[in-house]
Amino acid sequence: MKMEGEPMNAGLAIQTQDLGRVYKLRGPKQKGDPKTLIALEGVNLEVHKGELFGLLGPNGAGKTTLIKILATLLLPTSGTALVEDLDVVRDVQEIRRRISMVSGGETSGYGLLTVQENLWMFARFYGLDNATARRRIDGLLEVVGIADRKRTKISDLSTGLRQKMNFIRGFISDPNVVFLDEPTLGLDVTAARDVRGFVKQWMKENTDKTILLTTHYMAEADELCDRLAIIDKGRLLACDTPQNLKHRLQQDAIFNLKVGPLGPKPSRDDMLEAVPGVRQVSVAEQNGHTELNLILAQEDVLSGVLAHLNRRGSSLISLEKREPTLEDVFVNLVGRRLDVDTSHKEDGENAQ
Amino acid sequence: MLSERVQRATGWRLFWYTMWARAYPRIIGSAREKSWLFFETVLPLMGTVSYVFVYRAIGAPEQFTGFVVMGGAMTAFWLNVLWSMASQLYWDKDGGNLELYVVSPGPLMAILLGMAVGGIVMTATRATIILVVCSLLFNVTYQVASFPLLIIVFAVTMVALYGLGMMFASVFLAAGREAWHISNLLQEPVYLVSGFYFPIKSLGVWVATFASVIPLTLGMDAMRQLIFAGDPTLGFLSVEVELVVLVVLAVVFVFSAMKMLALLEEKGRREGRLIERRR
Repeated sequence: MKMEGEPMNAGLAIQTQDLGRVYKLRGPKQKGDPKTLIALEGVNLEVHKGELFGLLGPNGAGKTTLIKILATLLLPTSGTALVEDLDVVRDVQEIRRRISMVSGGETSGYGLLTVQENLWMFARFYGLDNATARRRIDGLLEVVGIADRKRTKISDLSTGLRQKMNFIRGFISDPNVVFLDEPTLGLDVTAARDVRGFVKQWMKENTDKTILLTTHYMAEADELCDRLAIIDKGRLLACDTPQNLKHRLQQDAIFNLKVGPLGPKPSRDDMLEAVPGVRQVSVAEQNGHTELNLILAQEDVLSGVLAHLNRRGSSLISLEKREPTLEDVFVNLVGRRLDVDTSHKEDGENAQ
Repeated sequence: MLSERVQRATGWRLFWYTMWARAYPRIIGSAREKSWLFFETVLPLMGTVSYVFVYRAIGAPEQFTGFVVMGGAMTAFWLNVLWSMASQLYWDKDGGNLELYVVSPGPLMAILLGMAVGGIVMTATRATIILVVCSLLFNVTYQVASFPLLIIVFAVTMVALYGLGMMFASVFLAAGREAWHISNLLQEPVYLVSGFYFPIKSLGVWVATFASVIPLTLGMDAMRQLIFAGDPTLGFLSVEVELVVLVVLAVVFVFSAMKMLALLEEKGRREGRLIERRR
């Protein structure tokens, strides 16, 4: 039996039990609109110390809400959340000493200050003395390759460079747990690669530190995360290593088909999903053709699919069989592709 | 570098670091964008000069020139409190800084104090320029009764005023309305009821008493009594009584600011207001 005040698990960096958050909606409402929005519901999560843990989900899934609760910016409406065994409701100051948070696309800092000055200001908020702050700023700027811009005012920086500056802000104070909320959002390919490289290197050199990363980029989650959870509409749908998640679909056959236009939407019985053995279908209309992502129970189901397409007057342009990806895992769990935005003004906007 | 372990200050040292770190953008900002020197000194200077000419045109007693010059100098502090303190947390929320302040271990009170300290550099410059230029321009003579008391009254007035500013910062943020509307609402009426350009005594006991909630009302009356010693139009209350009231206001405002900041943070976490942004 666990005593009151006893840590739930000393080896865990983050632990949540039945965590929930409901927003009250503000602003003018249409008749019949809900007055509340469930952003998180019954979330149970365990992140181990030294782990790079990913939260994967579409916009509006509840990822940011979860991060803001763990970063002590938002109170849960139900359940409990611990960061390094400290309660996010009660032990606020102690948690803040151990964490940092970086959000992709954030515009923090003061335009009149240089990169070095902005970082120095935030370092001081975390209690770093002058010499340490300056040494770490110089070192980290060097690591991400913007040391030559340290005396540039941030109002003169490109979006990508400003985001890199904000990114290293999260590491200057040597936090135990870092929350990275879509850290590569809006970055170009090179800058995003630099950020991912930094994250990997930091985790390699700090085996006792933890990162919780949210992303809706499948490749990023696959490349970086030791384990990840798939979240949609405020609920955790699965939690495992990327390999194991993909392995779940190993028995299935996954095909990408490029076909001619499918024509008008058929009746329910005539839809592709009605073909025996078809587990999941996602459809994307491209320039003059349709891309189908199919998860089939076995390979020979494909003949039935092709016959179905033929009946609907569509012609096959190309066909590719491939290994399962996280995208397939997501489609299999959620029933739609990740790039379908399901947000309904989540994460505090117009909500209270 | 990536695996370096760092020592971090806590307690009063962290408070000190945080305060000066937040003051820094204001101090350095005023040095980098010097255009403020024109907008923050020449324009208010013209406003003060126009009051002097109005008083002279209507044949007001000569000592009113001194009252106007002093009031003109003190407007800088009121504007600073309204626009650079009370509204600032709201704008910091809009700019994405507030949640980084909140999530850091640096106390919010130190952040607010840093804003005040940083703002005072620019504000004191503006006030000094108005005071010196207008005094030379209109040949204002001062008869200071007690320099030490004058400094004490000024200091206590500033603590009370900036305490009020800190309190406003929480109120503005909690109100969730566009901060500049509230600032606009408060700016001009306070010029009137606090007696920036005339002795507060002339508004009568009730208005003067009501207006004494704004620390500048009693602060200016006490300072005028000390600078223009013996003028019969001054002295809503004696300097000693006004100083005591100012001390009480300072304690109440600073304490209330601390409480309201804590309440605001709690309410913000509960209702999600710390993380919402207008887009």
